[in-house]
Amino acid sequence: MIEVDHLTKRYGPHTAVEDVSFRCEPGTVTGFLGPNGAGKSTTMRMICGMTAPTAGGATVAGRPYRELPNPGREIGVLLDASAQHAGRTGREALTLAARTMGVARGQVAAKLDLVGLNETAARRRVGAYSLGMRQRLGLALALLGDPRVLILDEPANGLDPEGIFWMRGVLRGFADRGGTVLLSSHLLREVEAVADRLVVIGGGRVVAQGGKDELLAGAGTLVRARDQHTLRLTLDRAGLPASAGTDGGYVVRAEPEAVGQAAADAGLVLTELRPAGSGGLEQLFLTLTAGASTKEAVR
Amino acid sequence: MTAVTAPAPTLSRPAATGPSLARLTGVELRKLADTRAGRWLLITIGLVAAVIVTVQVFVLQDAAQTFTAFFTPSLFPVGLLLPVLGILSITGEWSQRTALTTFALVPRRERVVTAKLAAVVLAALASVLVSLAVAAAGTLAAGATGGAGTWTFDWHLLPYAAVFQVVNVLMGAGFGLLLLNTPLAIVTYLLLPTVWSVLAAMIRALREPARWLDTSVTMEPLLGPDMTAGQWGRLGVSLAVWLLVPLVAGLVRTLRREVS
Repeated sequence: MIEVDHLTKRYGPHTAVEDVSFRCEPGTVTGFLGPNGAGKSTTMRMICGMTAPTAGGATVAGRPYRELPNPGREIGVLLDASAQHAGRTGREALTLAARTMGVARGQVAAKLDLVGLNETAARRRVGAYSLGMRQRLGLALALLGDPRVLILDEPANGLDPEGIFWMRGVLRGFADRGGTVLLSSHLLREVEAVADRLVVIGGGRVVAQGGKDELLAGAGTLVRARDQHTLRLTLDRAGLPASAGTDGGYVVRAEPEAVGQAAADAGLVLTELRPAGSGGLEQLFLTLTAGASTKEAVR
Repeated sequence: MTAVTAPAPTLSRPAATGPSLARLTGVELRKLADTRAGRWLLITIGLVAAVIVTVQVFVLQDAAQTFTAFFTPSLFPVGLLLPVLGILSITGEWSQRTALTTFALVPRRERVVTAKLAAVVLAALASVLVSLAVAAAGTLAAGATGGAGTWTFDWHLLPYAAVFQVVNVLMGAGFGLLLLNTPLAIVTYLLLPTVWSVLAAMIRALREPARWLDTSVTMEPLLGPDMTAGQWGRLGVSLAVWLLVPLVAGLVRTLRREVS
């Protein structure tokens, strides 16, 4: 269980995170989505007590992170897979954490095995690891204390497609057994495949949150006509908010029936008319966060 | 990797207790030696002591080759390297960004800092044992090669040597805590005595304060035959400025700093 309550972080005049609130329930995977610089990492660092919030607060398992006596046994955290001492071996990094938490030594080998780092990899220094291997090591570190909550910042970064598929399986299984997962990503497809709930953040603010299906259902209708130009005019005239989709059609924020009726009234020949589905989520993501990423570029 | 199962998160468990300071100190001691750089620093400290004693066996007059004569000179070079150990143990967490993992597991940062200080103090005490061991080896070698090889030892030297090395390592740690940057902390620490002596040579008014504030001056009597009350007083004043202030200010800075 993670509860984020009106978290705000300002750096001088710049507001990195503004009034962010959401909850992650046991048994669910929450996808924390947003373009780079939207405030995902800052929010996660505040949840984990790394950064002091300007206002608001967060609790994990009912307590502020800093008040947990042995947080590694309750929450697995992976904030940055690259934040490992380059001179330590993968096994040594886990051994240090296991000793700190008071976890049995056998768990180190077990978790290395779980994330697919073999004996040779475990003996190598982390400096020689690829980003994908570091992500696997980071996940092993997060799972080491057998926690009930996982907080992962961009865990799929640097993983190959097979690795991403594998990671999804691990997180899904973890949640299905009653665990709580919060994972961030700027890759919509990655989160869509595994998350039950989505929190979309842009420019430091939550711009949408809810169940994935619910957000998908509200994502509108995809429509395509032989005469795209007239279709656009027709939709505008009917007061149906439409935006150009990624592959030529329009995504309309309305039910297919309303769109079909408008097209029929105008005597248009449609070539496609369906709920936008995942394409709609992408559209939602792009429109909701439009401008946020360009703002980030000049920050 | 074919059948992957994450461990089942159990829903009820006994309340987890935090790691004890002894456990954290053990972890920090391990961190001192578990990288190539750290291991070599420790080996270098041992080697330097051994080299100094070996040189003494060759250069000292036969009659002067006593245990004390081997022990005392080995303390200086070791005392120069121990602050580097103190600095690295603190700043390494930030330069290598492992603070992110360390503080995720122990969010009460003051406990991590306390454990680190305890670990480097133990390392400093161990270095005194190394100095004793190489001095003993030197005495045996001297005896075998025609030197005096006498085992006379002023026992008060032992606690003095321990204070000397502990202060050295803690000053390093204090500078590391305050500056949180490896090269900056090392350069500042090593430059400070030089700056003192240059300034004291140039500015007459600084000469008296230097006797109270220049740690290279105030710590020197620790390796001499005896310490007077006045010397202890001057040592205390210099340490309050160069040890206590950086430690406290550095602790406050570390507690507040954003980890990313």
